[in-house]
Amino acid sequence: SIHLPLESSDKTQGVSSPGCLKEGLTSSSVLRANLQDTLDSIQEMSFRAAWSLVLRKGGLGMRGIHSPGGTAHSKEKMPPYTSYHAQRSYPMPDEPFCTELSAEQQALKEKEKGSWTQLSHAEKVALYRLQFHETFTEMNRRSNEWKTVMGCVFFFFGFTGLLIWWQRVYVFPKKPITLMDEWKAQQLQRILDMKGNAVQGLASRWDYERKEWKK
Amino acid sequence: MSRRKTTMASSSLTKPQMRGLLAKRLRFHIVGAFVVSLGVAAFYKFAVAEPRKKAYADFYRNYDSIKDFEEMRKAGIFQSAK
Repeated sequence: SIHLPLESSDKTQGVSSPGCLKEGLTSSSVLRANLQDTLDSIQEMSFRAAWSLVLRKGGLGMRGIHSPGGTAHSKEKMPPYTSYHAQRSYPMPDEPFCTELSAEQQALKEKEKGSWTQLSHAEKVALYRLQFHETFTEMNRRSNEWKTVMGCVFFFFGFTGLLIWWQRVYVFPKKPITLMDEWKAQQLQRILDMKGNAVQGLASRWDYERKEWKK
Repeated sequence: MSRRKTTMASSSLTKPQMRGLLAKRLRFHIVGAFVVSLGVAAFYKFAVAEPRKKAYADFYRNYDSIKDFEEMRKAGIFQSAK
């Protein structure tokens, strides 16, 4: 049967590929995805839940603990993981994904030094998984992060609106006389008397016979 | 580090376009730029410029400046002609 070169099932197959010692990272990336979905569901809830969302999002930003490579561009070594982080703009980092190899994996690495035609398909897959954590498709998978981002953006829009409302009530001084309705009406009347922009502009919209705006 | 491309022996993908990629892109974008800019210019001419010229012509065709002045004077906006 024809199938894509590196399916997820390839992780479990293989002659000598028990998986990278950091196999737990795969489950942690799944955990992170689940965490992401949970975050999205919480989004609609109350202010307090939104605040806890902000705190948790901050926790996600400090994801050096749960996923490889710390933050996206840090190069600190956090044991036992190396600073491997692949992304679409930086798909092939300098270090391989797995550096602590079991005996089987080391044997495979030795075999790799020979002719590659000797390698079985499963062995090639295992070698790929040692060097690179995910395929391009897996690495480039989309996420629901944009919903979290937009939610936080709108939340802060709303919060800013509340702040500005408070400001208008408690901080702004009295309106100047030129912004009162009576003054503005007299000002408009004067502009119409002067025939301001009579060709295409304001005075062209005024009907001088009936003394009203043109329909 | 080289990546191994593992494909089954029976499946063969079509060979992708290898040459002339920039030329193709340039042609597409130069033609498009001409079309878009000419289109925008034509739209502006016929949606903005021509109506404006017509509006001014219509306004001034039967314009009586003395009558206009008298109306303004009666409205009381002048300081030197009451």
